[in-house]
Amino acid sequence: MKTLKTIMASAVAMSLALGGSAMAEGAKIGMITTLSGGGAGLGVDVRDGFMLAIEQAGRDDVEVVIEDDAQKPELAVQIADKMIQSEKVDILTGIIWSNLAMAVVPSAVAQGKIYVSPNAGPSALAGKGCNANYFNVAWQNDNLHEAMGAYANVAEYTNTFILAPNYPAGQDALNGFKREYRGQLAGEVFTKLGATDYAAEIAQIRDSGADSVFFFLPGGMGIAFMKQYAASGVDLPVMGPAFSFDQGILGAVGDAALGVRNSSQWSKDIDNETNNAFVASFQEKYDRLPSLYASQGFDAANLILSALDKADVKDTEAFSAALKEADFKSTRGDFKFGNNNHPIQDIYVREVVKEGDVLTNKILGLALTDHQDAYAVDCPLQ
Amino acid sequence: MPNLSRETFLNIIISLGLLVFPFIATAMDEPFYITLATRVAILSLAAVGLNLALGTGGLVSFGHAAFFGIGGYAMGILASHAQTYTPIFTWPFVIEGTNQMLIIWLVAIVMSGIAALFIGLLSLRTSGVYFIMITLAFAQMIYYFMISWPTYGGEDGLSIYVRNQFPGVNTLDPSSFFYICLALMFAGLGLSAMIKNSRFGAALQAARQNEERLAATGIRPFNIKLTAFVISGMITGLAGALMADLNRFVSPTMLSWHMSGEIMVLVILGGVGRLYGPVVGALIFIIFEFIFGGMTEFWQFYLGLVLLGVVLFARGGAIGLLAGKARHD
Amino acid sequence: MSTTLLFEQLLNGLQYGVTLFLMAAGLTLVFGVMGLINLAHGSLYMIGAFACAAVAAATGSFWLGLVASIVAAGFAGVLIEMFVIRRLYDRDHLDQVLATFALILILSEGCRMVFGSFPLYLDAPGFLAGPVTLFGGFQYSAYRLAIILVGGLVALGLYLLITKTRLGIRIRAGEADREMIAALGVNIATLYTIVFAIGAALAGFAGAMMGAIQSVQVGMGEPVLILAFVVIVIGGIGSIKGALIGSILVGVVDTLGRVTLPGFFNLFMDTAAANSVGAALSSMSIYVLMAVILIFKPEGLVSNNA
Repeated sequence: MKTLKTIMASAVAMSLALGGSAMAEGAKIGMITTLSGGGAGLGVDVRDGFMLAIEQAGRDDVEVVIEDDAQKPELAVQIADKMIQSEKVDILTGIIWSNLAMAVVPSAVAQGKIYVSPNAGPSALAGKGCNANYFNVAWQNDNLHEAMGAYANVAEYTNTFILAPNYPAGQDALNGFKREYRGQLAGEVFTKLGATDYAAEIAQIRDSGADSVFFFLPGGMGIAFMKQYAASGVDLPVMGPAFSFDQGILGAVGDAALGVRNSSQWSKDIDNETNNAFVASFQEKYDRLPSLYASQGFDAANLILSALDKADVKDTEAFSAALKEADFKSTRGDFKFGNNNHPIQDIYVREVVKEGDVLTNKILGLALTDHQDAYAVDCPLQ
Repeated sequence: MPNLSRETFLNIIISLGLLVFPFIATAMDEPFYITLATRVAILSLAAVGLNLALGTGGLVSFGHAAFFGIGGYAMGILASHAQTYTPIFTWPFVIEGTNQMLIIWLVAIVMSGIAALFIGLLSLRTSGVYFIMITLAFAQMIYYFMISWPTYGGEDGLSIYVRNQFPGVNTLDPSSFFYICLALMFAGLGLSAMIKNSRFGAALQAARQNEERLAATGIRPFNIKLTAFVISGMITGLAGALMADLNRFVSPTMLSWHMSGEIMVLVILGGVGRLYGPVVGALIFIIFEFIFGGMTEFWQFYLGLVLLGVVLFARGGAIGLLAGKARHD
Repeated sequence: MSTTLLFEQLLNGLQYGVTLFLMAAGLTLVFGVMGLINLAHGSLYMIGAFACAAVAAATGSFWLGLVASIVAAGFAGVLIEMFVIRRLYDRDHLDQVLATFALILILSEGCRMVFGSFPLYLDAPGFLAGPVTLFGGFQYSAYRLAIILVGGLVALGLYLLITKTRLGIRIRAGEADREMIAALGVNIATLYTIVFAIGAALAGFAGAMMGAIQSVQVGMGEPVLILAFVVIVIGGIGSIKGALIGSILVGVVDTLGRVTLPGFFNLFMDTAAANSVGAALSSMSIYVLMAVILIFKPEGLVSNNA
């Protein structure tokens, strides 16, 4: 059985050959992520992307401790306590879900730890609740939905039917879409969280006279919806954020996803040196295509490594200042932080296509340029 | 009688061990172990509550997460209002939030008691599997309600930044908070021992074993069971408030059916109807989670194997193994 | 709401109910004959879906996958019965709940060890993949119509099995009086294994059928397990007829609740609030239904003793 507890990064010889910066003091990073249960695919991708970057850096003074939160907030809190009190980590990262992030992040940063989020970006941590020690490398939760709203305008949809599960991230998703979208709504429906049957909602879509559909249904919900939608004979164009069309899930949706437009801050065909190298090395090491979660894990690790070159991790203030410079080569190309330590970045519209037998995404164009989230204005940080 | 004394001996060892534990953890420079021990104490208390209904009264409730979660939300709602200095409601009279543990505990106990009264009134009309399932249904109702009610965070739950206060104690110190939880756990154990040995406890056990005979003595079994169910819910609710305070966080997962299952697992792991069964169950569960959770991502697989082993081969739970068969009283 | 839409939604409710019935039938059969609460029934559903997806991916045939799902779940059922369940018949419900709860953990994580953490692909066979046009000119998913049909056949098959076959007579005798049929020379251990395997195969079959229109992933059986319990409790535990009535009732109430409640609240609330309140209440609707029914009929709609 593989031991998760301690993974020392790379060999000593490597780092001696490359030589470290004078500032490098090393660091202990605690990763809390979802590695069991139905949502494990996301955590596995973040972990693999993150560890790939650590390995490529070839530093023997960076130690990563990984533990599974089983997607339970109580367990995540317990692991965070353990990592802070017992393992004495300097930096925490890894959480996938907003509700787990809300359980862990506020108290971790209150204890003076640095938290770098590779995924969840709840609005509560982006506005008034922002913190100098909390960084999000992925996105604020609303971003991808806003991008889809902007795209709906460009595509000249005027009567969109929107649906999402009835929980905070779902409500944020629909609000994010409406923030940019200027047409009318043919209908707005909240479904039960975890629902697997969407026949009733699809019937409503058919009856509503809509010209397009926007949905946010993460995980298995999106797979179920797309399959059932394809079988229903309703052929309105479908839009959604990348979560339902990322590389880990596309295989399970199958051809039902072909042609769907989705928004993402990353895609494997963004053409820059870092990204090309990332896609190739990820594929070589893990024998599958990377997803956006993997790219986020990879970027999170590189961000941390870049700051380690500039400041001592024990000096929290200097270290968070170094993080904020975001002086690393992102797979997304340009990357910078806004005042609230959330990204200001381009968001793309992609289309699901088939390359040989493999379903994947192709960039169609930019939906939003240098986009910053709507909550940054409420954040007192500079 | 030798079995009884062996069990008592075991109970005393465990109690003493828990009492001196913070000193050991501090000596080892492992403050996190105190947090773990606090979880043991709190989960024990939750399971003590369930054990009263389940072990003594034979009421197999598959919905105790409802009370655990209500207790948690009592803490979350009161403390979040205190945190933002906004009243909970202003009509017909003003109610402010609070960060005083004593008040929070009282509210948690009262609210989960009311919920248990309501659920018990309806559920106790049924028995056997129907009772298991209807308690589950009520817990699911509250679970879905809290997920979709946006005021208190829905699925995201509520974060409280600072632990609540207890007069004269620095609750931010892990040891102090541990002793608070431990004291309440002992109080819970004391209460359940008292109930078991009282006239009421005798009536409750009679209600489990033979309702008709009890009814013939002029006592209504329904009232006895309802009272036990309400007390049981109150104890679990108090544990919920403590758990929320330990995590500084409350969310609907505290209300999920997995949580009901987990509380039940604690009781059975330790030994149903044994006074210290819940404590032993919680100890085993937390130690297992701590050791195997860090070793393999498939730790729940092994947890399943252990549970199965206990049910199939160690009837009477861990205490049954260590201290022999229960005395039938 | 137009009449066509209402009709379509009723059809949706019926179809949802029928899929629940496939799950609930096995659950209630096992309870009726052996008095066993099996929480791991949802895991058998998952095993069926994974077996179907794996075989369909390897051979390219959904139908072979469907056969594999029945075989795999049935076989898993036999193993589980012989090694675990058999020891639980004379225990109380508490032990049964815990042991089968442990089985959920083992089977879910075991499945993840074998198949990994990502959802699998499974799709309906070509000729059922699209919509068909029904009278009144509206389109409906062919696969969903097939599910209704198959569910109906399963119900009929179970009815015939129980009323007309020798096995059925033994099953009914086993429900009524265990000692008696043992005394008559029926091997009760074998009978129980067979009944449990039938229930498991039904669950696996349901998993494969539903896997084609939802996500084949670890833990997929748990939401439907809870719903199946609601169904059999409403219907009266142990009664196949009750399970059929219960599942259609739950399917229709849930579907109509989802589509009508937001509109109803919109009559006196603004749209956003009405959507949110409506969705919240509709997700609670079947549990409310169950509580109300149990309050008036504590043994479910179709009492097993009748």
